[in-house]
Amino acid sequence: MGRIVLEQVTKRFGDVEVIPPLDLTIEDGEFAVFVGPSGCGKSTLLRLIAGLEDVTAGRILIDDADATNMPPARRRLAMVFQSYALYPHMSVRRNIAFPLRMAGMDKAEIERRVQAAAAALNLTDYLDRRPGQLSGGQRQRVAIGRAIVREPTAFLFDEPLSNLDAALRVGMRLEISEMHKRLRTTMIYVTHDQVEAMTMADKIVVLHAGRIEQAGSPLDLYRTPRNRFVAGFIGSPRMNLIEGEEAARHGAHAIGVRPEDITLSREEGGGIWSGVVGVAEHLGSDTFVHVHETGLAETLTVRVSGETPCTHGDRVWLTPREEAIHRFDAAGMRIE
Amino acid sequence: MATRHSRAAARMMMAPAVVLLLGWMLVPLTMTLWFSFRRYLPMRGGDLGWAGFDNYVRFVTSSTFWPSIQATLIIVGGVLVVTVVLGVLLALLLDQPLWGQGIVRILVIAPFFVMPTVSALVWKNMFMDPVNGLFAHLWRFFGAEPVAWMSEASLQSIIMIVSWQWLPFATLILLTAIQSLDREQLEAAEMDGAGPLSRFAHIILPHLSRAVTVVILIQTIFLLSVFAEIFVTTQGSFGTRTLTYLIYQRVLESQNVGLGSAGGVYAIILANIVAIFLMRIVGKNLDA
Amino acid sequence: MARAHAPARKALTTALAWTAGLLIFFPILWTVLTSFKTEAEAIADPPLFLFFDWTLENYAVVQERSDYMRFLWNSTIIAGGSTLLGVLIAVPAAWSMAFVPSKRTKDILLWMLSTKMLPAVGVLYPIYLIFIELGLLDTRVGLTVVVMLINLPIIVWMLYTYFREIPGEILEAARMDGADLRSEILHVLAPMALPGIASTVLLNVILAWNEAFWTLNLTAVDAAPLTAFIASYSSPEGLFFAKLSAASTMAIAPILILGWFSQKQLVRGLTFGAVK
Repeated sequence: MGRIVLEQVTKRFGDVEVIPPLDLTIEDGEFAVFVGPSGCGKSTLLRLIAGLEDVTAGRILIDDADATNMPPARRRLAMVFQSYALYPHMSVRRNIAFPLRMAGMDKAEIERRVQAAAAALNLTDYLDRRPGQLSGGQRQRVAIGRAIVREPTAFLFDEPLSNLDAALRVGMRLEISEMHKRLRTTMIYVTHDQVEAMTMADKIVVLHAGRIEQAGSPLDLYRTPRNRFVAGFIGSPRMNLIEGEEAARHGAHAIGVRPEDITLSREEGGGIWSGVVGVAEHLGSDTFVHVHETGLAETLTVRVSGETPCTHGDRVWLTPREEAIHRFDAAGMRIE
Repeated sequence: MATRHSRAAARMMMAPAVVLLLGWMLVPLTMTLWFSFRRYLPMRGGDLGWAGFDNYVRFVTSSTFWPSIQATLIIVGGVLVVTVVLGVLLALLLDQPLWGQGIVRILVIAPFFVMPTVSALVWKNMFMDPVNGLFAHLWRFFGAEPVAWMSEASLQSIIMIVSWQWLPFATLILLTAIQSLDREQLEAAEMDGAGPLSRFAHIILPHLSRAVTVVILIQTIFLLSVFAEIFVTTQGSFGTRTLTYLIYQRVLESQNVGLGSAGGVYAIILANIVAIFLMRIVGKNLDA
Repeated sequence: MARAHAPARKALTTALAWTAGLLIFFPILWTVLTSFKTEAEAIADPPLFLFFDWTLENYAVVQERSDYMRFLWNSTIIAGGSTLLGVLIAVPAAWSMAFVPSKRTKDILLWMLSTKMLPAVGVLYPIYLIFIELGLLDTRVGLTVVVMLINLPIIVWMLYTYFREIPGEILEAARMDGADLRSEILHVLAPMALPGIASTVLLNVILAWNEAFWTLNLTAVDAAPLTAFIASYSSPEGLFFAKLSAASTMAIAPILILGWFSQKQLVRGLTFGAVK
């Protein structure tokens, strides 16, 4: 079990309302990712669920029990911190065993669980080391090990990969995803990286200024962003947003076209828009062409499959896929 | 960043320290304030009633008051000058590369750990005794008449003893401050053609000014209440009766508690004036 | 930055620094040396530096005549007891200030430090009276409490600065791991802050050991620590230099050794962080 329900949860620091009243349900076994720019309140929301901060108003239900005023120790949640927050004076073994010791479990059972967790996380050889003697990735594993031994109701991750280098980040991302598939325990994962959100989540919750802009499956959000903020935040490279006459022609205040929904032609008149190539980024599998001087927006980004011989200064013609155009009204909301 | 639980716990956990210090401050302070307005002579009849501001007036107008202020100022000022000047010089010296730096540091710091009664007695007898003291031997060796330090140069003697005790403190703090100076700044100044003296005047000294201020303030607070050094040497005679010692004599020796308490209130006000300046600096650093 | 004239310059500064260091240390050295002389040698003119008949007699006499061990015991109890008590009271307070700061934390801390600046003589009589009322005069308990109180602000302050260096996330992790407040402090905070706590203890033992105002005024015989023991030599025994030296050496030796370990903490503890 691990169903977490937030009802009208509100957080104020003094006079500043960090999180206006908010409702959210995270189903048992779901992998929910809170994503948003820094300062959007995603970490605060996680800390409210953890019990490390009080809610100003509203209720938090964990498995239908009111946990609003429960101290963190009694919520049966495990948390992996951005800094890992390992106990530097304890060996890896004692770090992982700490929550079990606090729960008063007997020694043999603790040892069995620690061994099992260590084996699953490739930490068996490091059990007697101190956290200071481990690499970043290993510390991360210890933090995860400390979380899983307790068999919690849900896991909370607070930007756990942001201190790792790019290669390790991809590896750990996969490991955490696999862990979720294996354990089927509820996980709430906070990140500012929309790639992490897209690849890991069952449900993405996009937060902006403490408000939920949209919550849903990654592809839902990608295909039908509810508003301009979500449209611009989800997807990489970002969706092209065009205002003005061209938007008005589509009966909208602004239109959005994803880079892969534009075809590019180097032939004179080979498209309805035209511009000059600023930079073409060749990734091998794809090429991202950044086009200026279109008269529509500062830059339009186009994704071309495979290679294209475009270079700086070339004039190109662009055609959007009409059915893939997203339309937004003056308030930034999606027009169906 | 906390919850109601942890804030409640925090208040609980802070309570013992706060309550104890509040009691330690308020109870005796209130009593002192109360006594200062009473004619209170424990050996001669006890509490003889309301005295108004009599004690305050008598304390200031007594023939011993101004000399005691003078003695206090001379001792505090003298010690401050000696420790700050020597402290800066020593700190500069110890900051240079030298062999056995660790040992020299230990030698310099050692006096701070000597209890005040020991240092006062050792200096008074073994160094300043007019017949058998080491200084007397030294003076005689050069054919000079030995000085009766404690009676003829009493204030200077006390300044010397107290300075010896506090020099390590000043040196250590100034040394810490010097070592926090950005080396590149000095090298840049050297590149710009600044000689050692102008480097000292324009870079090191301004950098040290805050540390010097702190040394002066902290030492002043401790020096205003110098007691043991006078207690075991001159007992306040030969012009060494400081404000602190005068109050002590009024209260415990002549048992005129009302008068002594009025003096105590003066001393508290005096210390608080210094403390306010010190707390400003400390407060600023807390924010940083 | 190696320079051409470095060795010569280093030799010069070394010589200067050692001269200054030895000069400053000399009174202590002289006291220790004199403690091994006979009374006649102690006042010999010209003074005897190293070549005299080394004797331990003075130490025996001092112990026999004034029961040094009892004063030492009192000093140990008062310095150790007041520090221990102070740390027990200060750790929770410092935890609160460092990890659950509020708008008033800074004011409370500054106020605590300011109590340290209250001139002792200003409250001498009230404390004296209270001690008589409570029967605490010349007791180790009374003195331990008073010395604890005068050092409590410094203990709180030092622990606070050490605790602030510990990331709050680690304590939050402990909370998530099911630790209650007691376990959080005992199993996580205290072991992590151990070096800081040790430094705090060290400096405060030294300060308590050397505290001379209250120990001189509130004790007579039973609870008198070494400060009072030495003060009793002010006259006329003070004229017996060798014995005075032996007594002095015994009074300062334990703390001098501790002191050498505490140089760094001295700056942190006694400047209240105004110098870093």
